[in-house]
Amino acid sequence: MNLGSYLPGDSLVHRAPAGVKLVLLAVGLLALGVFRSPWTVTVAAVLTLAAGIATGLGARVLWAQIRPVLLVSAVVGAFQVWLSGPVQAAVVVGWLLVAVLAAGLVTVTTPLPRLLDAVVTAAGPLRRVGVDPERVALLLALAVRSVPVVAGLARDVQEARIARGEGRSVRAFAVPLVIRTVRYADRLGEALAARGVDDD
Amino acid sequence: MTRLVIDDVSHAFGERRVLRDISLVITEQRVGIVGGNGSGKSTLARMLNGLVLPSTGRVTVDGLDTRRDGGKIRRRVGFVFTDPDAQIVMPTVAEDVAFSLRRAHLSREELADRVTKALERVGLAGHADHPAHLLSGGQKQLLAITSVLVTSPEVLVCDEPTTLLDARNSRQVTHLLAGLPQQVLVVTHHLRLLEEFDRVIVLDEGRVVADDVPQAALTRYRALIG
Repeated sequence: MNLGSYLPGDSLVHRAPAGVKLVLLAVGLLALGVFRSPWTVTVAAVLTLAAGIATGLGARVLWAQIRPVLLVSAVVGAFQVWLSGPVQAAVVVGWLLVAVLAAGLVTVTTPLPRLLDAVVTAAGPLRRVGVDPERVALLLALAVRSVPVVAGLARDVQEARIARGEGRSVRAFAVPLVIRTVRYADRLGEALAARGVDDD
Repeated sequence: MTRLVIDDVSHAFGERRVLRDISLVITEQRVGIVGGNGSGKSTLARMLNGLVLPSTGRVTVDGLDTRRDGGKIRRRVGFVFTDPDAQIVMPTVAEDVAFSLRRAHLSREELADRVTKALERVGLAGHADHPAHLLSGGQKQLLAITSVLVTSPEVLVCDEPTTLLDARNSRQVTHLLAGLPQQVLVVTHHLRLLEEFDRVIVLDEGRVVADDVPQAALTRYRALIG
């Protein structure tokens, strides 16, 4: 399962315009942040799950969206229990998981070019203050594209670390991963230049 | 054919000189560039579409100077890198090819048609909606080449396009390059690829040490590397 990859389908969620989905996501998460309570988070969770079921993509896909943040959620939850109690912890963790699942549903039901078109349209007014909407969209695309690449680099580094008997060394993992990621970013920048991105 | 002129070019990265006094005029359809590691061949290739600007001298493409007309030159000279992973920008196969056409302002139907035809040409049409990073090494390189070719460049410069590929994938890429109507310049260690070329340039320590038809140039290169 690839986080952030579009999965074709014919559901109502798939067919909804990308702009509508992005606006709903932004407004919904903002409202949930402002009016955060056990009830609002519960309602948002039910609605997001209902939307997830309506996509027809199955439980495995929904699970794949939130699985990468479960560890972070557990850490945040434990911290919140210590800081504010179990109810507040449940609200914060619930809000986080709803946000990740909702964002995941938008990306798996919307082809990236449609998302980019919507971002370009939404960022259009920012031209007046010198922001290039195409650049904003490209940044989004590169972020999505870089997730599996960096995950692959991490896997390679981990295998190399184990092969050299440094299976538990954080340094033997972090240093080569950072170097490889920076090198990848450098080559990607060169490739973008070769494809004329700087010439737009 | 497009006329590529490298006029008395030298180049250094900091204190390290990588190219020295290179002058070449390239008008042939198939040109190979060979040399050992660090001989300057990749830097020379990058100069042909303005990715690297020479420290001294100048590089022109049909009279356009890479220093002034980089954008125009990059529309005419496509570049393929060794590692396709660094060249593929978009998450899926079709999206990456479509990304190259973003400046063409095509309708959705036209765009989809151009992308499909480009992918059909290299046998990747069945993978259009697949995540690009899940393709095999050879398929990724074919995708990287397709994403450049879809913009119909007059010249294709490839920097070691088969180095990371196994023999089967290497053959696939070689076959594709051999059939292109464009002017193609290939930097490679894969000497067999160059046997049918029109011209081979051999670099050593930043200098041109042979510039001839493949048989003569490759004989010189083999003698050089022992």
